[in-house]
Amino acid sequence: MKSEIREILETADALRRQLPEDFRDRLVESIYTEAESITQKVVHVEGDPLSWEERIDRIVTHPLWGLPLMVLGLAVIFWITIVGANYPSELLATILFAIEDWGSKLFAALHVPATLSNFLWHGVYRGLAWVVSVMLPPMAIFFPLFTLLEDLGYLPRVAFNMDWLFKKVGAHGKQALTMAMGFGCNAAGVVATRIIESPRERLIAILTNNFVPCNGRWPLLIMLGSLFFASVVPPQYRSLAATGAVLGAVIVGVAFTFLVSWFLSRTMLRGEPSAFTLELPPYRRPSVLRVLYTSFIERTVKILWRAVYMAAPSGGLIWILANVHVGSHSLVQILSSWLDPLGHLIGLDGMILLAYIVAIPANEIVIPTIIMGYTGASTMVELESLEALRHLLVDQQDWTLLTAVSLMLFSVLHNPCSTTILTIWKETGSKKWAAVGTFLPLAVAFATTFLVATIWRLLGGLL
Amino acid sequence: MKLRLPKSSCETCPLYPREWILEEGKWDYVVALAGNPNTGKSTLFNALTGLRQHVGNWPGKTVTRAEGGFSFGGKKYKLVDLPGTYSLLTMSQEEEIARDFLIFGQPDAVIVVMDATALERNLNLTLQILEITPRVVVALNLMDEARRRGIRVNVRGLSRELGVPVVPTVARTGQGLRRLLETVEGVIEGRIETKPRRIPLDPDLERAVQVLVPLILKAFPGLPSVRWIALRLLDGDPSIRKAVETGDLAKLARGVKS
Repeated sequence: MKSEIREILETADALRRQLPEDFRDRLVESIYTEAESITQKVVHVEGDPLSWEERIDRIVTHPLWGLPLMVLGLAVIFWITIVGANYPSELLATILFAIEDWGSKLFAALHVPATLSNFLWHGVYRGLAWVVSVMLPPMAIFFPLFTLLEDLGYLPRVAFNMDWLFKKVGAHGKQALTMAMGFGCNAAGVVATRIIESPRERLIAILTNNFVPCNGRWPLLIMLGSLFFASVVPPQYRSLAATGAVLGAVIVGVAFTFLVSWFLSRTMLRGEPSAFTLELPPYRRPSVLRVLYTSFIERTVKILWRAVYMAAPSGGLIWILANVHVGSHSLVQILSSWLDPLGHLIGLDGMILLAYIVAIPANEIVIPTIIMGYTGASTMVELESLEALRHLLVDQQDWTLLTAVSLMLFSVLHNPCSTTILTIWKETGSKKWAAVGTFLPLAVAFATTFLVATIWRLLGGLL
Repeated sequence: MKLRLPKSSCETCPLYPREWILEEGKWDYVVALAGNPNTGKSTLFNALTGLRQHVGNWPGKTVTRAEGGFSFGGKKYKLVDLPGTYSLLTMSQEEEIARDFLIFGQPDAVIVVMDATALERNLNLTLQILEITPRVVVALNLMDEARRRGIRVNVRGLSRELGVPVVPTVARTGQGLRRLLETVEGVIEGRIETKPRRIPLDPDLERAVQVLVPLILKAFPGLPSVRWIALRLLDGDPSIRKAVETGDLAKLARGVKS
């Protein structure tokens, strides 16, 4: 009995090695051919032989224009988000900062100690107001649009279009789906890699998920896009320039996903990509109510809530740092000037780096932290509009186009937030991979921004 | 108005465990329900079992397992709803579960639910199931929608092509379910003979299968679905490998239910 069994297994292994490499594909192909020939014999369609689904699929998964169409679709979504978020964002900011004003006056009238009142209103509350007014409108537009695509059944087509690219870099085609999840939240994207069966390819997907900007980073990208890239073009092209900048940042992120996947599958995670069957499920008429529910309750509100309770303590922390003085300088000034040289090397400044350290728990609060750090307690700037923000960043803090480019790159490439790091640890069960998932992106971010800043300055010096 | 309650209202409740927890050995036949997602498989499952359902998880998996019972022609049937899959060839949890149940669960019959409006896509899975077991009845579902869309399926022709009975159904309205069950009964009791269609293999693969099949049959005489098992071994399927190593396949060979 024993030898018979060994013979079976050994023969199977030997035969497998003799089989052509693509025998699995060939098996799948012969099944498809059979299915097609049976269908041709027994199915008779009156009128249109091609269903509308097949017609659509022929266009959106076309080898030539499938990918450009996808990028175009993404651009349209960004554009709608950027244009649409502007007005509600300003309205919200006006209302929320009026409340800050009114609240601090009320506290003054009630004789609440000024330090406490300042801490609560100009520290904690301002952080909250910023997060809400900057993040809520884009999320409320972006997520329903994205959920709509998801509900339609477009995402498997995305995976289909990008499969060959992933195969080339030694990764799994389903990584496209986990990346799509990462656009919402990288922690969710890391969990979503469970759909990838092979542990090697799953690790690649986990370690590179961070390179797609999650929603916590959208506001920063959208804001910088509108603020810096829009201002260098004529007014009528502003929203297009902003869209282009955001899209560019995303494309850089995706390019790094492929680059790092390729690097990983040739160094730490060597191996061949495994084959898989990806069926394009039928398109579904999206249920509008469910789309609204999922995008508002499941995504927007939950994520906003997370941002709020992470931003409140950080707002407080920054306020304390800005108001505790050692000698004649506040702690913020001391820390940021200490980080300044490093920040300058990569096109940023010390305050931005400090904000990134404070924002490790949640990327959402980078911008509010930077603003709170700049304005502190001494210079009260009412940031009611993008124009005021531009004034603060460009005129008072000397931000340039390079700062914006570097910050967008850094935002897309830097280390994941602490939630995502924890999720990587839990999903891989290994501290080593959690550390790789943290420091590899960080190194990539520093190297890239350093290169960009150096080249930019060299070119600037030459011109 | 006076309320008259029975001795225990629980006992008359249709959800009382007596009704829906299926005890070991309570049924005469086990029937598996397979099919692509979105074919109306769950609707059919509910239509056949009503409230006599039990929902849990597949052992060690995060995939929902639903089973239910029904009586037909004086026999008791257990119906196991397999995860909806498009194929049985990949290593996804769902496909592994469906694959393993079809091989090791040894159901007396398999109902494959097919979407009449998307026959070609559905045939993919059906052809693979036919490689595993000959005791298959196809429920050609969503016939009403196919008609509405101007899709006409030659049911007899399909049955001839596949070599197994095909019953048109509309699970939502219950249309065709009686004939479906009669057919299932016929297949189980041997009144209806099936001759499942084989997938023509690539010559290289066919040769490899031909080498492996006699070896497997030598170790496990009378093993059903031996061609499929050979294919899985060539693919390196770990659960089949394990079954060969531990001799679990021998149980199937002797026809003992697991």
